[in-house]
Amino acid sequence: METINFLITGVGGQGTVLASEIMAAVGFAAGYDVKKSDLLGLSVRGGAVLSHVRWGEIVYSPIVPEGRVDYLIAFEELEALRHLGQVKSTGTILMNQQKIFPVLVSSGLAEYPTDEVIEESLRKTSKNVHEIPAVELALKVGNSKVLNIVLLGAISALFNIDPKIWEEVIKERVPKKYVDLNIKAFNEGRNWMKGE
Amino acid sequence: MKKLMTGNEALARGAYEAGVKVATGYPGTPSSEILENIVQYKEIYAEWSTNEKVATEAAIGAAYAGQRSITTMKQVGMNVAADAFFFAVYTGVRAGLVIVVADDPGMFSSQNEQDNRHYAPFAKMPLLEPSDSQEAKDFVKIALEMSEEWDVPVLYRTCMRVAHSASPVEIGERNWDDEKIPEKWVRDQDKYVCSAMLAKKKRPMIEDRLIKLVDVSNKISINRLEWGDRKLGIIASGPVYHYAREIFPNATFLKLGMTYPLPEGLIRELAAGVDQVMVIEELDPFIEQQVKAMGINCIGKDIFPRYGELLTGDIERACAKAGIIPWEKVAEQRDVTPENLPGRSPVLCPGCPHRSTFYNLAKMKDVIIVSDIGCYNLGALAPFYATDFMGSMGAGFGVAHGFEIGGIEKTGQKIIGIVGDSTFFHNGVTPLLNMVHNGSNVTLMVLDNSTTAMTGHQDHPGVDYTLRGKGTRVDIEKMVRAIGVEHVLKANAFDVKSVDSAIKEGLNHDGLSFIIVEGPCFFVGNNLKPAYTVTSNCNGCGTCFKLGCSAIARSDIVDEKTGRRKSSIDPVLCVGCGICAQVCPRKAIVSTQAS
Repeated sequence: METINFLITGVGGQGTVLASEIMAAVGFAAGYDVKKSDLLGLSVRGGAVLSHVRWGEIVYSPIVPEGRVDYLIAFEELEALRHLGQVKSTGTILMNQQKIFPVLVSSGLAEYPTDEVIEESLRKTSKNVHEIPAVELALKVGNSKVLNIVLLGAISALFNIDPKIWEEVIKERVPKKYVDLNIKAFNEGRNWMKGE
Repeated sequence: MKKLMTGNEALARGAYEAGVKVATGYPGTPSSEILENIVQYKEIYAEWSTNEKVATEAAIGAAYAGQRSITTMKQVGMNVAADAFFFAVYTGVRAGLVIVVADDPGMFSSQNEQDNRHYAPFAKMPLLEPSDSQEAKDFVKIALEMSEEWDVPVLYRTCMRVAHSASPVEIGERNWDDEKIPEKWVRDQDKYVCSAMLAKKKRPMIEDRLIKLVDVSNKISINRLEWGDRKLGIIASGPVYHYAREIFPNATFLKLGMTYPLPEGLIRELAAGVDQVMVIEELDPFIEQQVKAMGINCIGKDIFPRYGELLTGDIERACAKAGIIPWEKVAEQRDVTPENLPGRSPVLCPGCPHRSTFYNLAKMKDVIIVSDIGCYNLGALAPFYATDFMGSMGAGFGVAHGFEIGGIEKTGQKIIGIVGDSTFFHNGVTPLLNMVHNGSNVTLMVLDNSTTAMTGHQDHPGVDYTLRGKGTRVDIEKMVRAIGVEHVLKANAFDVKSVDSAIKEGLNHDGLSFIIVEGPCFFVGNNLKPAYTVTSNCNGCGTCFKLGCSAIARSDIVDEKTGRRKSSIDPVLCVGCGICAQVCPRKAIVSTQAS
């Protein structure tokens, strides 16, 4: 089989690292060889975060080679745009509909790309684009912080992996008192994707 | 049982399984998580030491005491530690000693790029390099056994892509008698006293050992020939092996886990068995130069870059240019990303105690700000642009003194030296002693946020806890006064005026001034307060943007008189430090508690 390449990107504090851990663990539990690599900023909040996850028969490099991303999972719109060049023309993009202004933008030193630019760039990159209102879906189950699990729920709908495997992996990695909330978030995302 | 682990988690597990009893280090990306994982194994004594030299000496002493020991550091920390491990090559050890260094090709979080493999021939010790998490675990045991068999510390070089990548690891158990007391120490001056007279006697043994280690390198299982297509024979180590394997699945490989001394026999066998040898390595031509010195022709840095990471795309591009692979095979980015996207550089967090200092410093003229390494180096970036220099740990004080004795103040410019609290203990105390002794007349600042923030909030001597529990806090003010600094000032980091007046008083004082700016990092201080909000008094003057706080943004509401967009505060991001309210000239920012 061909190795499946995921690129997960977002802003520090959005829960991308946990999401990449779960993606790797699910692939591993489903029987794939798995490698993952995180590129973390400083320990300060608000920097860009990037994770590579690869599932395959034998995976050598932990880094997805340039331009060979099968699934771009973007937690933030500007960070999605930044990595479009990595996506294969046959690749799939899952983008959380959320704009987080970098300080350069909020202080008026730079402009955030317009919705037109965002839409056009996404269209140019791939036919398979899913724009997910993950914050809204997360709030619906009770807390905007679980937007990362909503997005995982959405991507889970694209794979023929038993949802129980996803749920088990999530349970192992979130605090006990938030297990129910996270499972709800997972199903919310999964159902949204199925209904799309 | 197999488990997904990062390289740093696996290394910690390897130390546990291999019977390590003592682990020391100083935090530094990408090495910090090694000790943070080791501390979960209660059988191992673990500590954050004050700096890498102190950590290395502690691990050396523990190995002398008869306990398997490791010390960990980031790439530039190796320079600080060097003074210690050079002598340990002469003395040898009583139990295994592994010096772990995490390199940073690509300079993701370091002030310079350096290839620490050079320290192996420089200090004359063997070198191992893991390529993934399984090896990160397994190589600890191999290194410890090699250290004991050859009575020498072993250099274990990992790097960011091993440290922060995860892959499956076969977990084992710890087969170690933790109750065993070390054997009694017997004085052996010929072995352990490195006076010139005694150390000199060991020189021939050290050279002889390296020659014998070549044979070890030829036979050790972690150096292996993987025969495939005979046209190309690739020598690779570390994560580069995996990138290269993916590009050349059918080529012949010499996969190296031990890269010093090199396995000359295996290299000659490879060269004899293939048409062309190619060395693919990140950073310096460390392996290549040695292969060429053996009289073996090889492709290497004539086609591959000498700096930065050497990822799949980089290797493919170099090979395509050289005609080794067709261009169609090269992984390249597609041209679909819009141009001129705004960057997302890191900024001081909402509630950061450093904000007031750099807000004040940014307004000062004719002052040279000699800064140092830590979160406060973000004072160099937008919107502050408030510092003139950043180099190495402690240089914020040491270089400030140099500016002074270089006579820069004759130009009418004054000097401020800045270090953080952890940096002060790490290497800021010795330049301070030097300045006191030599009668310096500069202003020094310690930005004391009660933690080593940038690397993930580790302890240091200025706090009352250690990696394992309770610790004794060293009081910076008492210490500085004891050293002989007379003009010591304190400022509250969350009071902009207090910081401003301390800096001015320091600059006006004739003689050495020492300012301690106190205020805990938000992540250790538990200082969450109700958020602040912007009232209709705001006229969009933009003063609050000079604070570089990610909780403050321009809103879409335009002030009628000024025509400028008013400020707004994100109630989720704001932690209520109130610094913006202090600087607002129209008193338009108020606490939601007060309103």
